[in-house]
Amino acid sequence: MNEIVAINQRTWREKIASYKKRPISFLILLTVILAMAITMGAFLFLALYILIKGIPHLTPSLFAWEYNTENVSMFPAIINTLLMTGLSLLISVPIGIGAAIYLVEYAKKGNKIVGLVRITAETLTGIPSIIYGLFGMLFFVTTLKWKLSLLSGAFTLAIMVLPVIMRTTEEALLAVPDSYRFGSFGLGAGKLRTVFKIVLPSAIPGILSGVILSIGRIVGETAALIYTAGSIAKIPNSVFDSTRTLSVHMYSLSKEGLYTGQAYATAVVLLVLVLLINFASEMLAKKLSRLSGGL
Amino acid sequence: MIKRKEKGMELIFLIAATVSIISVLLICIFLLINGLPAMGEIGIVKFLLGKTWRPGNEIFGILPMILGSIYVTAGALLVGVPIGILTAIFMARFCPKKLYAVLKPCISLMAGIPSVVYGFFGLSVLVPFTRELFGGDGNSILTASILLGLMILPTIISVSESAIRTVPDKYYQGSLALGATHERSVFLTIVPAAKSGILAGVILGLGRAIGETMAVIMVAGNQPRMPKGILAGARTLTANIVSEMGYASGLHREALIATGVVLFVFILLINLIFSIIKGKTV
Repeated sequence: MNEIVAINQRTWREKIASYKKRPISFLILLTVILAMAITMGAFLFLALYILIKGIPHLTPSLFAWEYNTENVSMFPAIINTLLMTGLSLLISVPIGIGAAIYLVEYAKKGNKIVGLVRITAETLTGIPSIIYGLFGMLFFVTTLKWKLSLLSGAFTLAIMVLPVIMRTTEEALLAVPDSYRFGSFGLGAGKLRTVFKIVLPSAIPGILSGVILSIGRIVGETAALIYTAGSIAKIPNSVFDSTRTLSVHMYSLSKEGLYTGQAYATAVVLLVLVLLINFASEMLAKKLSRLSGGL
Repeated sequence: MIKRKEKGMELIFLIAATVSIISVLLICIFLLINGLPAMGEIGIVKFLLGKTWRPGNEIFGILPMILGSIYVTAGALLVGVPIGILTAIFMARFCPKKLYAVLKPCISLMAGIPSVVYGFFGLSVLVPFTRELFGGDGNSILTASILLGLMILPTIISVSESAIRTVPDKYYQGSLALGATHERSVFLTIVPAAKSGILAGVILGLGRAIGETMAVIMVAGNQPRMPKGILAGARTLTANIVSEMGYASGLHREALIATGVVLFVFILLINLIFSIIKGKTV
């Protein structure tokens, strides 16, 4: 049994012999593996359970145009989720990118505003969604009198995802090498032209990853929307109509307790959405590392 | 002309940058304006330390909810922290590459699952499970703790894992050279060196657990009374807001907003601790 083993590698037999001499090390190894198994077990159980329970309930009628008590179609909720995501991003992406451009390209070192922006952005990241919901209800719904509406919900969510977009854009802008900027200046371009034609285009994959992260948060959000966008399961006629996104739809179904099967089906759709979003962000991350590797 | 355009755009960028400052200010102002008067009217001590919450009789004491939040969060940490840190150690130092390529996406998927889905899973699996195993009606602090513990796992795992990975390899090699086993080296040199990063992950998880709303409301029972043991139901601060805001008015509504203020103060404290610890690591 004298196989040749690579340097610094041990055979199973040697490993087992070593563990026999040091039982505590073996115990540690087992605990660590056990922890991993619990984590993965819980995740797989949750995912499989929902898929197995939900897929049989994914009937075509659940995707009917209208929602009513006989057929709790999730189609309006899907459209509303798309509208809500689109509108929130429309508000937060330009602001987030603008803010990041200011922080990276314009602010001078020791600028007091920069510190303040960083602290507040970090604070916003830590605030739980129910607080956003309360604020949205007090500010957009009551004070600005936008009522329970798509608009109130979108603005609330826009503030919620703003720090995500700001941070990822900032990182992306910082990753653009200074030689690009100098090259552009050297050719006689102004600051603004340099930012828009040179720096931003090279930062786009990084910005997109922030946008994808934000989409994930918006799609999964419930607590911030119940008292800002309401829960009317209809496709809205205007931005001032109440809407119900998929997550809120699922919450309403499970709260009513009458439509368990349909709630499972909605959970499946949500899971698939999350899967797609994660897949997209992973693809992007791969592309990103290839890009930066090429530089 | 060009100069004016340059200046104008700079101003626009500056305004965009101040949006986050303005947002935080607005959130603080609106919560305080709407919440503080109720606290004053009820009496701060009565509000914070009152043991009864009976909006019908205008009795607003949120001590049961504060304790509910603390118990559920502590339970979540008891479940999530050991498993999370050990999983992070496995992923950073024990995991074969091929397994890692499967594990990592699963963890990030776990982080992306919406809290209603977790809540629904808790409602249909964990609640009956604890009811069968431990008795009670299943909607309990225990169930909420297990569910929240699961939910904060990805946060703790990813932060701890990157903290462990930043520890210089020298530490590990030095320990190996002195004759320690792989396990001993990891646990006695690498993990202690990464402890402030790991702590930051735990605090981040704590913030998530205390702020979690939808999942908790679906499994914790939501009875607004002093918690009586881990198999009894409890109501958290977050659940208090969501479950009654729909129909509340007058002082009741303001008391709910004041509940939000209390939660907000908790979160700000946690954020502060987090940034202090993070400042130490960098």
